[in-house]
Amino acid sequence: MEEISDVQNLEIAGEGKQYIVVRLGTEQYGIDIKYVDNIVRNQRITRVPKAQHYFKGVINLRGEIIPVMSLRLKFGLEPDEYTNATRIIIIKLEQQSAIGIIVDEVKEVVTLTGGSIDKANTSDPSDPLIQYLSGVGKHGNGLISLLNISAVIVGRENKDVV
Amino acid sequence: MDVSQYLEIFIDETKEHLQTLSDQLMILEQEPENMDTINEIFRAAHSLKGMAGTMGYKRMQRLTHDMENVFQEVRSGNMTVKSELVDVLFRGLDALESYLANILETADEGTEDNEEIINTLNGIADAATGKSSSEEKPAGSAPAPGSSTPDGGAKYSSIHITDFEKNTFEKAKAQNQNIFGVTVYLQESCILKAARAFLVFKALEELGEVIKAVPDVQDIEDEKFDMDFSLVYFTKESLEKVKAAVENVSEVKEAIVGPFEVVLDAPEAKTEPEPAKEEPKEAEKPKPAAQPAAARTAEKPAAGAQPAAAKKATSKPAVGRTVRVDIEKLDVLMNLVSELIIAKNGLVSINSTEEDTKSDAAFNEQIEYLESVTTSLHESVMKVRMVPIENVVNRFPRMIRDLSKKLNKKMELHMTGEETELDRTVIDEIGDPLQHLLRNSADHGLEDNDERIALGKEEVGNIYLDAYQDGNNVNIEVRDDGAGINVDKVRNKAIEKGTITAEQAENMTDKELIDLLFKPSFSTAEKITDVSGRGVGLDVVKTKIEGLGGNIECKSVMGEGSSFIIRLPLTLAIIQALMVELGSEKYAIPLASIETIEDVLVTDIKYVQTKEVINLRGTVIPLIRLDQILDIEANNNDVESLTVVIVKKSNKLAGLVVDNLIGQQEIVIKSIGSYINCGKMIGGATILGDGEIALILEVNALV
Repeated sequence: MEEISDVQNLEIAGEGKQYIVVRLGTEQYGIDIKYVDNIVRNQRITRVPKAQHYFKGVINLRGEIIPVMSLRLKFGLEPDEYTNATRIIIIKLEQQSAIGIIVDEVKEVVTLTGGSIDKANTSDPSDPLIQYLSGVGKHGNGLISLLNISAVIVGRENKDVV
Repeated sequence: MDVSQYLEIFIDETKEHLQTLSDQLMILEQEPENMDTINEIFRAAHSLKGMAGTMGYKRMQRLTHDMENVFQEVRSGNMTVKSELVDVLFRGLDALESYLANILETADEGTEDNEEIINTLNGIADAATGKSSSEEKPAGSAPAPGSSTPDGGAKYSSIHITDFEKNTFEKAKAQNQNIFGVTVYLQESCILKAARAFLVFKALEELGEVIKAVPDVQDIEDEKFDMDFSLVYFTKESLEKVKAAVENVSEVKEAIVGPFEVVLDAPEAKTEPEPAKEEPKEAEKPKPAAQPAAARTAEKPAAGAQPAAAKKATSKPAVGRTVRVDIEKLDVLMNLVSELIIAKNGLVSINSTEEDTKSDAAFNEQIEYLESVTTSLHESVMKVRMVPIENVVNRFPRMIRDLSKKLNKKMELHMTGEETELDRTVIDEIGDPLQHLLRNSADHGLEDNDERIALGKEEVGNIYLDAYQDGNNVNIEVRDDGAGINVDKVRNKAIEKGTITAEQAENMTDKELIDLLFKPSFSTAEKITDVSGRGVGLDVVKTKIEGLGGNIECKSVMGEGSSFIIRLPLTLAIIQALMVELGSEKYAIPLASIETIEDVLVTDIKYVQTKEVINLRGTVIPLIRLDQILDIEANNNDVESLTVVIVKKSNKLAGLVVDNLIGQQEIVIKSIGSYINCGKMIGGATILGDGEIALILEVNALV
């Protein structure tokens, strides 16, 4: 209950947004918490033949069938290695059906205020991931790449990266 | 008066009446002397007029009023029905439909006066009868004064009270309640009588308790009463207050309230303790008003509308009792049933996997019981969603009539199987494709009348629309006895348009050439008419039908006509499927598309143009290696025989090679969403009893 009221207070005060921090390899990514419907442990994924290669398949989430995407494959990273920390984050964008994305680990929830977010570094257009990012957040000593989640889900895959 | 709460009833009933009008006008055109039809039309027009008037739709009222007038003249033999009159009436009908369409959207009838139709109507009536239509106006609209209030009117005094009810009377007396008899007379112009009666009951129940009503409450709800009803009522309020409460309800003409004396209803005494006055009430309950009203008409021809209205009202309960339910609520119900079936499948699979530990007879029995309950539940929920196809096809006779005039060809539409039922979602979508096919038949299919005579065919062209159930499918066939499809013409056209090359055309069968018609932008009509033939069409029809999970095929014989057969699934959400295993994965193949299952020896596989085929009882069937198509790692390649599921798409067969058969199962189809783009091979997914997902193969895309 406390957490919920905290969230509300923060939103009302406009002091910042909450992000779920996930790990992918060695990097940290932030996902705006308002799009996160659920976080579930890795479970049996049913392969869908002929699907885009970054779609691992579909899972059964309490009677709903939800497609699951590998963030690693979408970003052109090494294929996933499933560990005990692997999680599937269920994302629900407005007006669209739910989709799951696989991450190596869910670390924490952070609150970032406007001041601690830098615009995505557009000065380096060679960075192939730039299209998926909305900015970079500073938290403690680390940097968090904030994901533009609708671009991740709807956007085209990145073929430049191997 | 606020009528918005009746808007839905109004719209429903108006639709019904308009359909009646349309049907009857079609008949009238054929049999201009048919008195029953004329009466039916008159009644429909009259009811429409009354309803529109009540709802305050003045323009609609005026138009129906004039239509009614014309029929009043026809009925009384002052004029005869001519084709020009029918034409005008059809135009009037269209105008009424557009009023209704406006009302549906905005709750307002719009501003189109349709002056021209009204003038033409009146012109015809005047010409035929030689008098001005304005004179007639009072005929329909003037209420017959003093018609139904009999002397005193306190009909409640004749209500009988049974022994059982008498006890309640004594109790009420003990509690110092007043016992009143109430007789309520509604205004003659009142259309929604049951609704008014309901409001009266509601008003009364706020002040006290209604003990008994005559006719009984059920009949009142069904409008099985004339312009009055009586009831016995307990209240602590005064007589005046009760009277005022009832008369406050709009369209109540009069309420007579008085103290009620208990008349004991001994079985023998029931017949006639009170003379004359109540006799018609008791003896002729089903049709109370007809006779007195008819008697009045004799003296007052101007009130001609009255008996018809009364008859209409009393004949109404023939319609089945229904509750209108939002389709979304049904969907929710359907989902719940789906969940239940999944849960049941779960139990079944636990039972079969852990046979040694858990399966005692009682457990089995319970599962079987659960299975039969879920199956019947599923069936009943499905049935709720089923709508007869009639709702869609009943506008077609009219359409063909109009086309016949427009194209100047004589043609007739023969329909069968209108009662065939389909899922509501399918019904909503099937209208346009059918309309398109019918137009095609009328325009391209049928020859001109002269040509038909020259060919020795009967002059009038025939178009058939047949619907029938075939296993788990419903077939709808649109057929004509026209020229048929000219395959050579199709071939030339296809080559000309670059759809196929000349060499390809050489090798194509007639059937394959006909199938080209379903390709986008392909029309063989030599002249473009505004009926059909703009090159968009059959491909749209095909896409739509496939979107509904069905398919369409065309058969044609030159000179004898062509037929389009649409095959649609009965239901969309739950199907019977064969579960198969491929490698370590499970897939479902819809049972409806499976012909047989065969064991085929590897040595029996032949090659045609490097493609694998088998010869099954004289039919050559191509083999489809599912593991290759679906990128599955094959289990064991060096086997002696293959399990082949023979599937059928329209009349094309193919054999799907699978590793193992699991069995037949009822599955709930779930969408895999739009994110994953895997071609059309996967039609959805289903959740198995153990929570695992199996994908459903779309046979249409594989074959």
